[in-house]
Amino acid sequence: MIYERNLLAILIFAAIVGVTLGLSFWLGRKARSASGFFAAGGHIHWFVNGVAFAGDYLSAASFLGICGMIAFYGYDGFLYSIGYLAGWVVALFVIAEPLKRMGKYTFADALDSRFNSPAIKFSAAISTLAVSVFYLIPQMVGAGVLVTPLFGLPHWMGVVMVGTIVILIVVTAGMVSTTYVQFLKGGLLVVFSTVLVGLILNRGFRVDAEPLTAQTVTDRDGVIFVNGSPRGTGAGHAVLRPVGSVSRLPGDVPDTGPVGPLEFLRVLQQSEVVLWKGEPFSDEEGGTGTIYRPVPTEGSQVLRPGNLPAFAGLRSGETTDKLNFLSLMLALFCGTASLPHILIRYYTVKDQASARKSTIVGIGTIGFFYVLTLYLGLGAMTSGALDVTKSDMAAPLLARSFSETLFAVISAIAFTTVLGTVSGLIIASSGAVVHDLMKSVMKFEMSDHGEVRAARVASVVVGAVAILLGILFAKMSVNYLVGWAFSVAASANLPSLVMLLFWKGTTKQGITAAILVGMTSSLAWILLSGDTYKGVYGMKPEDAIVPFSQPGIVTIPLGFATLIVVSLMTRQKTVVGEPRAQARR
Amino acid sequence: MPLHHGPNTTDETESTETIGRNVRYGLVLFAVYLLLYGAFVVTNAFAPEVMERTPIAGVNVAILSGFALIVVAFVLALVYGWLCRNDAPAPEKREGGRP
Repeated sequence: MIYERNLLAILIFAAIVGVTLGLSFWLGRKARSASGFFAAGGHIHWFVNGVAFAGDYLSAASFLGICGMIAFYGYDGFLYSIGYLAGWVVALFVIAEPLKRMGKYTFADALDSRFNSPAIKFSAAISTLAVSVFYLIPQMVGAGVLVTPLFGLPHWMGVVMVGTIVILIVVTAGMVSTTYVQFLKGGLLVVFSTVLVGLILNRGFRVDAEPLTAQTVTDRDGVIFVNGSPRGTGAGHAVLRPVGSVSRLPGDVPDTGPVGPLEFLRVLQQSEVVLWKGEPFSDEEGGTGTIYRPVPTEGSQVLRPGNLPAFAGLRSGETTDKLNFLSLMLALFCGTASLPHILIRYYTVKDQASARKSTIVGIGTIGFFYVLTLYLGLGAMTSGALDVTKSDMAAPLLARSFSETLFAVISAIAFTTVLGTVSGLIIASSGAVVHDLMKSVMKFEMSDHGEVRAARVASVVVGAVAILLGILFAKMSVNYLVGWAFSVAASANLPSLVMLLFWKGTTKQGITAAILVGMTSSLAWILLSGDTYKGVYGMKPEDAIVPFSQPGIVTIPLGFATLIVVSLMTRQKTVVGEPRAQARR
Repeated sequence: MPLHHGPNTTDETESTETIGRNVRYGLVLFAVYLLLYGAFVVTNAFAPEVMERTPIAGVNVAILSGFALIVVAFVLALVYGWLCRNDAPAPEKREGGRP
């Protein structure tokens, strides 16, 4: 799809991004020590931190990915919302306060608080890096998605823009400015999404009487053709139309007028909407591509689980498909409390009570936003706001269907939220590299200032890697990639965190083994799965080695089992050694 | 807004009793939510037709139960915050209460 530039929209966008960054630099100008860089000195107010949690969490994945998924497939996208929120229950009730008691700057500090073991530091740092990089990919892809409709720029330029700005933020300021960027963005995102939902409800539903025709995108020797004409905005060129409409309303009325929140769902349940399905296509001149056909669908089918191709098994009765679904929902539940950039936010407040209160604020803000995602997604589905080639565009295009100004505001907020999330991830990664790997494992002698300097260099390197991966994975669905990051985080980090807190028999060898086994098994599973075969390697998904794509249901228990078995084995040695020691005495 | 950037030390103010009590409350509330979430996920996986029924206001079970899970998470979080608002009584007091 090609998008036209709008000067006013670009000016508004630049103003919002500029003010936010300026403000956060000003607030974070004093972050000169390692504590200030990594953990904002532990002096962030709990309310600010709570909204910043929302800013961290409601990233490209939530805003673009979930809205897009709901807009294309209906209810299934909302299942992600529910899973993402449920994960916060684990964070609050099980992890938050003990973690705050144990740690200093990083997740590895907390895990290693009892043992002082370089092996734990090493494995925790590697897993932090792996999870952060996995989580960075969808954020960078999302950044490209936002910039494309606003500036009419190619996807890769969006990725480079975000990468460059984020490296600037992190290098100059660290955790304080990152926190304030997240606070401002989290707040603005929720407020403006509420405005957008208000506008959707006020507009209600309208039947689109225009005849619907299929759209084709074909590639002939590297040139893209849309509906048979070269893609472009000049004479003789063609562009893809934004789509999404209601084809019948209850009582066959043409227009509902304003509707209430429950009425919106009830009317949709009884209406017929047009979804778009893509299929492989080849034209007479040898080009191959995709044809997108309109498929009129009952509203009651849109609002039930099982429309997303990945969830189709919910209705098929295939056991492996059901296991895949259970596996994803388990990973979403366990993943939140294992994400390094969420965990480090517990070190920015002063005590356990503040950690608790900020999580409650976070749950309230995030939960409210996730309720809004259902309306945003369904609003996009029914108001001509879909780009058939990329579902992640739904939220910005929905805003554009109301006004260019609102579109610019929403895009700017989402863009700066991506900036904040990426900054948090880069800080978590640079903390892992410098504080854990270089200082604790390799025993580099570093002054406080030296540590901050090294962290800045590490940030630039991680940022560059993120830019590259964001360009490479441009075609993948943002939400899908986030599902992977959650699986790896939950498999690698959660078993160690939970067992360290609740089982006295945990040994350092057990923790090290659980992290390494959880991380490698979940990564290997993902790389050998049908979805990766299809989406990344371009191979047949049936040839995949593992029976279903989501690893969590196997690799999370595997992490726990590894920890228990290795801990028992390494503890036995001590037990066996004791009588000998007694005999010597 | 004053921003201090001193050493990142935890202001440990909670007694062992408070910590133990908070852990217990946390685990009980976690178990309650785990049951609800588990029931929701299992119903979606093994009885998806239940999710299509429209018991209230013409809205289906899928959406109603999804909203409910989000609201319940926040309510339980508030309950936890309320239960943990004060420090737990010190052990001497409890021992003093014994006959």
